[in-house]
Amino acid sequence: MKYIEGFREPRAARALVEKLRLLGQSSLKDGNGVTFMEVCGSHTMAIARYAIREALPEGVALVSGPGCPVCVTPAGYLDAAIELARQGVIMISFGDMLHVPGSRSSLARARAAGGDIRVVYSALDALQIAAAEPQRECVFLAIGFETTTAPVAGLVPLADERKIGNLSLLTSFKTIPPAMDALIADPELRIDGFMCPAHVSAIIGADAYLPYARQHGIPCVVAGFEPLDILLGIEGLLRQIIEGRAEVENQYSRVVTAGGNRRAQVLFQRLLEPEDALWRGLGVIPASGLRLKKAYSSRDAAVRFGVTIGPGVEHAACCCGDVIKGKLNPAACPLFAKVCTPDDPVGPCMVSAEGSCAAAYKFRDIRQHAY
Amino acid sequence: MCLAVPMQIIEVKTVSTATVELGGSRLEVDVSLIENPRPGDFVIVHAGFAIERLDVEEANARLELFSDLAAAGAVRT
Ligand code: SF4
Repeated sequence: MKYIEGFREPRAARALVEKLRLLGQSSLKDGNGVTFMEVCGSHTMAIARYAIREALPEGVALVSGPGCPVCVTPAGYLDAAIELARQGVIMISFGDMLHVPGSRSSLARARAAGGDIRVVYSALDALQIAAAEPQRECVFLAIGFETTTAPVAGLVPLADERKIGNLSLLTSFKTIPPAMDALIADPELRIDGFMCPAHVSAIIGADAYLPYARQHGIPCVVAGFEPLDILLGIEGLLRQIIEGRAEVENQYSRVVTAGGNRRAQVLFQRLLEPEDALWRGLGVIPASGLRLKKAYSSRDAAVRFGVTIGPGVEHAACCCGDVIKGKLNPAACPLFAKVCTPDDPVGPCMVSAEGSCAAAYKFRDIRQHAY
Repeated sequence: MCLAVPMQIIEVKTVSTATVELGGSRLEVDVSLIENPRPGDFVIVHAGFAIERLDVEEANARLELFSDLAAAGAVRT
């Protein structure tokens, strides 16, 4: 399919890498390197798969940010989900969540112990599951950033329409811009530019990043998930640095508009309201989560079943928190690839396909030869 | 989990559902987040929902730039 393959063309990639090298040489010779952060986990995965980090010119560092929704979901959320599974509720989830460690167990273990946990690829499957067993309670594990919030929150009006009363959501929706605020405010981090997520931006629009460029003077480039998109994104960031600009540049204009998806935004406004949310690694960030409004509390599993989502307990030796903030390279975690592997993950960053540790593990043998 | 791919609408079935296709496999998706979806449109599908339309003109312009880049690179090496 040309709209996928065309954005992976290796000869164009080599040409872009060469361009980056020249840009890097002309701009960074004073010895001051730059650090860009890719906020989004799908970028992290693609960057590892195509060995993009290794292809960058000297002085240009790319660090991974908090953009893997599975990785930032705190252990306490898993504990609540595991508790509901124990109570005999049908739990419906995207597959990534099953192996994420809670404080003591995981959903995979709860399932092995007899819990009824169904993995779906489409949010719509939840409607079918709930409709097929109207006498049972069904709870959807509603985690994700704006991209996933749109389809999962979209289940509420669909379930109402189809009079499916036994489906509710255990929400831990999060939004990306407040996390970027928290990263900027962290004195231990230095970020010279943001590579903004592709499909979160499709929902919220490229203009959502204007404050970072204008108030904080940090260049922002929205980039797609294919390797050529990412290389163009880095080129855009580097050019802004060289020319002393801090703007929002949209390199993913085939999907992202300035204002974003109006229909999704209206859906959010109708159903959801901001809440302070706990992020694994980042702590509580004000107004960074979205929960169902009171009018929809019958769809809110936490209200419906009276469960509270606590902070939970995370593995003491896991460094996911620092990995999520871009402070630590996964390979520098003492457990990486020794104790902690995708088959037996210690922390969430090794579970999710988009987690920094999983990406680093899966593609640990890839070297520069790609370019 | 946010990795979404472009798929082409084959048939719009109701106000909110459509059949989409990628590489021969077909899928039923929700299109209620898309303004006026039409057969032939490319949409980004994530978790069973079309979350945004792919602007074919923008995509083609980019692809042209890439083939220029590739050609220029080929001449030099
Ligand atoms: S390698 Fe494992 S233990 Fe170390 S930070 Fe990553 S997920 Fe945590």
